Amino acid sequence: MLTLYLPIVIYFTISLLVCFGIMGASRVIGRPKRQQSVAKLQPYESGIVPEVQLGPKFSIKFYLVAMLFLIFDVEAVSFYPWAVLMRQLRLYGLAEMGLFILVLGIGYAYVWKRGGFQWDR
Amino acid sequence: MALTVGIDIGKALLVIIFLQAAFGYLTLIERKLLGRFQLRPGPNRAGPFGLLQPLADGVKLLFKEEIIPAGVDRFVFLIAPMLSLLGALMAFAVIPFGSPVHIFGRLVPLQIAGPSLSLLYVFAVASLGVYGIVLGGWSSQNKYGLLGGLRSSAQIISYELAMGLSVIGVLLAAGSADLNQIVSAQTREWFVFPQIVGFIVYFICAIAETNRAPFDLPEAEQELVAGYHTEYTGMKFAMFFMAEYINMITVSALATTLFLGGWHGPAILPSYLWFLIKVAIFLFVFVWLRATLPRLRYDRLMAFGWKVLLPVALLNAIGTAAWVALVHP
Repeated sequence: MLTLYLPIVIYFTISLLVCFGIMGASRVIGRPKRQQSVAKLQPYESGIVPEVQLGPKFSIKFYLVAMLFLIFDVEAVSFYPWAVLMRQLRLYGLAEMGLFILVLGIGYAYVWKRGGFQWDR
Repeated sequence: MALTVGIDIGKALLVIIFLQAAFGYLTLIERKLLGRFQLRPGPNRAGPFGLLQPLADGVKLLFKEEIIPAGVDRFVFLIAPMLSLLGALMAFAVIPFGSPVHIFGRLVPLQIAGPSLSLLYVFAVASLGVYGIVLGGWSSQNKYGLLGGLRSSAQIISYELAMGLSVIGVLLAAGSADLNQIVSAQTREWFVFPQIVGFIVYFICAIAETNRAPFDLPEAEQELVAGYHTEYTGMKFAMFFMAEYINMITVSALATTLFLGGWHGPAILPSYLWFLIKVAIFLFVFVWLRATLPRLRYDRLMAFGWKVLLPVALLNAIGTAAWVALVHP
């Protein structure tokens, strides 16, 4: 069973080496030749001197999207084994999943109605 | 054992070199095609027809001065492009790109590894690439970078949902999550015909997942300079670029495998060439769309993913399930 994943480990190792190789080559060849000025190392803000240091603060909307994603993605993943086994489950599987999707649909309709999918609220 | 490992290493090297070369020439082909779409010749100075342009670009990027802005989180800043590229390279590992061939008297599948849940593997690994983007944008202490990284992560996870649901029809029709079995289930009929709705939803999501036009808001030049890679120079910038193009190749290869019959084709050409031709068609459509469509607005983009693609994909899955349960022999 594990030997099935051995090629992936080999591939991963080589990919990692390639990544480090590219990184290392650019560090060696692209080493800055002289001392860099303060202005050059400033974050690029279209020529305006940045006034505030950025903190880990951003719009609450992104949290909401992440939360919705978590809820719906777990359900989407639970579809996979069901889809593979559908030929054996037949009507039973269809009814079972119908109920599951009904529950999911109620949550989906609720979020829609409350404007959870509306970005500009 | 030694021979098996040797063949594995050979295949891994082959795929990585192929992906890098394909990335280089994809950039050239894209610029050439965009040039033609806008009635200009495109890059044609480096070598005949500009064929040496990717090499020239690579050398130039390698010799660029490496700048790490003051005040960045150095570790995260340096690890982000590597994560991005690693995710893009790893996702290709389970895609079968040709019928098995005989090497040294043994049958070798043209695929790095074939676990029985290979479809789930592709989605799992491909979505890891978003870490590179969001960490790169966050760590560079730049407003544009932060906004680009956040937009990108929100967009990618929103469309990933519809993407995951759009392929359930294929799983139902093939009765397996193994990409090899999905390919062999398409010997008689490609899934693109019965699963046309799933295919369209998948392809729209694939464009959004790879941050390509018209969904390229994370790097919208007019508002965000370059988005998450604004502060990156030289090869580190090139690695983000590489990841984007290799992701394009991977989603095209997955679309080929799931909907266009994988490497199947008339025996006049070898199977891997059929595979390449089908992937190339998708890549052309990517460039064609970029030349044709203007960029979407961000609220429209999110609403489209959640309010249109998600229910359509879900309905397609239910419909196919009902067909399998009631009609399928």
